[in-house]
Amino acid sequence: MNYFTRALMGASALSLLATGAMAEKITIATVNNGDMVRMQKLTDDFTAKNPGIELEWVTLEENILRQRVTTDIATKGGQYDVMTIGTYEVPIWAKQDWLVSLNDLPASYDMDDLLPAIRGGLTVGGELYAAPFYGESSMVMYRKDLMEKAGLEMPDAPTWDFIGKAARAMTDKDNEIYGVCLRGKAGWGENMALLTATANSFGAKWFDMDWKPQFDGDAWKNTLNFYIDLMNDAGPPGASSNGFNENLSLFQSGKCGMWIDATVAASFVTNPKDSQVADKVGFALAPDNGLGKRGNWLWAWSLAIPAGTQKQDAAKKFVEWATSKEYLALVAENEGWANVPPGTRTSLYENPEYAKIPFAKMTLDSINSADPNNPTVDPVPYVGVQFVAIPEFQGIATSVGQQFSAALAGTVSVDDALASAQSLTEREMKRAGYIK
Amino acid sequence: MARSISRRRQIVVTLLAWAIGLAIFFPILWTILTSFKTEAEAIASPPSLFMFDWTLENYGEVQERSNYFRHFSNSVIISLGSTLLGLLIAIPAAWSMAFVPAKRTKDILMWMLSTKMLPPVGVLIPIYLLFRDTGLLDTRTGLVIVLTLVNLPIIIWMLFTYFREIPGEILEASRMDGAQLWDEIIYVLTPMAIPGIASTLLLNVILAWNEAFWTLNLTAAKAAPLTAFIASYSSPEGLFYAKLSAASTMAIAPILILGWFSQKQLVRGLTFGAVK
Repeated sequence: MNYFTRALMGASALSLLATGAMAEKITIATVNNGDMVRMQKLTDDFTAKNPGIELEWVTLEENILRQRVTTDIATKGGQYDVMTIGTYEVPIWAKQDWLVSLNDLPASYDMDDLLPAIRGGLTVGGELYAAPFYGESSMVMYRKDLMEKAGLEMPDAPTWDFIGKAARAMTDKDNEIYGVCLRGKAGWGENMALLTATANSFGAKWFDMDWKPQFDGDAWKNTLNFYIDLMNDAGPPGASSNGFNENLSLFQSGKCGMWIDATVAASFVTNPKDSQVADKVGFALAPDNGLGKRGNWLWAWSLAIPAGTQKQDAAKKFVEWATSKEYLALVAENEGWANVPPGTRTSLYENPEYAKIPFAKMTLDSINSADPNNPTVDPVPYVGVQFVAIPEFQGIATSVGQQFSAALAGTVSVDDALASAQSLTEREMKRAGYIK
Repeated sequence: MARSISRRRQIVVTLLAWAIGLAIFFPILWTILTSFKTEAEAIASPPSLFMFDWTLENYGEVQERSNYFRHFSNSVIISLGSTLLGLLIAIPAAWSMAFVPAKRTKDILMWMLSTKMLPPVGVLIPIYLLFRDTGLLDTRTGLVIVLTLVNLPIIIWMLFTYFREIPGEILEASRMDGAQLWDEIIYVLTPMAIPGIASTLLLNVILAWNEAFWTLNLTAAKAAPLTAFIASYSSPEGLFYAKLSAASTMAIAPILILGWFSQKQLVRGLTFGAVK
């Protein structure tokens, strides 16, 4: 073997070694919510445990992210190896074979520890298609001082009648105190999340078993009339443009007596750094009407792996790390128990340290009282509490949401809004082939 | 008497211009002010204009969380690249339409403009598939191409308007002096249209810098410009307005400074036709 051949072989061996040592880079698409941002800060732990894997983050606003990852997964673009998606996308995408099953995660992951309601929403045909990063339901957050001033006591499981009575009693418009703050901004994930969940507790539903829209029934009329009367009597001005953030701002600045919204808000309103009412907040389950269904929703921001990825093993390792028990302990150690991503694991709620958090029990009870597989009083052909897990829902519900938001603003009547909702939903469902 | 009326009128017009200018600038000023507030002060009601504890904390956090300079360099390359490529195609096109009009020139101009009327989302999937198959997804080259095509009708229209104002006799004279086609465009037409070309360039750099549909949909991590940088601070669940304002200020600052220094050129170019 001459000098040249030896040099050539040596160079080849070196280049092979270098290729082997090169880290595999996985791209993770995520939303800019507090828990996700915290995860990005803690990824040194992951890279230390997995030196062969590098992480690249793409953080986007929720609606942009949804549009972006849907385009990519539908066209098999392969831009992302891990995607943050919600409970709405999982059943639809899993049926299209767009997601990788996570059933083969190692036993140490302890899949049985995942909260059954959350796991159920992410499972299709017995296969888990996304691992929950944080789960949420909705509940009542209320001002204990204003409730006391009104001479009332909030039960753990209030009715809508009580909420109406309390909201009107707490309202003091001269001092800019409004009894209740609810979402009014149009959008399938904005006012329609609240109104669909509320409608479930009034006995309403989106579709009957033959997929015929149901906005022409009394149940929807009662729901919408109750909501609009309540907001007119006890809601803040301009409520038709208020979403989660606007109501959070109002509640934190002491202008709302009650706010019914995502359980994740509990950590914001009790944080003395941002909230002027941090020490005056109490929690209760979302209201019901005695029909056996509460007006609370169920959602989980989850990590899923698109079927088109070339880096499935590395992506799985990351998903396993980010949604593990160890990750929850890591957050608690670095950021405190109040900042641990809620609503995913039973063991978290059995932890005595976490039980000290004022909203922990109510969050768990809220999640457990939601049933995405049987969301309504009457049987329905769809899955989902505050949504209907069909691809057409986003478009239809946003249009219906615009009608209901207009009714709240007073530009159309409740009857007209419901009639428009019925006709536009019928039209779209016919077009999509659900009904003739 | 006439003099006093004209002075009064001058004062009124000046005040009105200032009021309109401030009203237009106010959202930007508010964003800049909010970026120096804490998150709690950013949502305080009633809000305070200047009397708050000024902090640089948001800028620190944004810098810590994101790679600003990578997004910034992507924005510079994409906006300048697409504008220069666009000018390279548009100058000859506008020349031919302004000085050698054919029977269908007006129809062609209208047809080009009609492409701007198409909602971009309508062609997202075909373009996404083309980009996927040609390996252009999440590349600066891909974005330069797509933004050139998106802004080309505007560039051609603007240049066509300027070129039309230039008397054809000057070009004829140069031809009589023996100038060839490219000599005519490069040595005669282009120097005369410099204000127009400069304002077209500036306006298109601004348009490309602010473009937020294609730049968000065709990029992931590598080629993402400042529009993606801003989008990463917008949150539907959580009040991060101060951080979002800091990110927005950092994203608009370069173009704001460019606009400030080139405003004379921009206005001169935009009013080129009007003062002739």
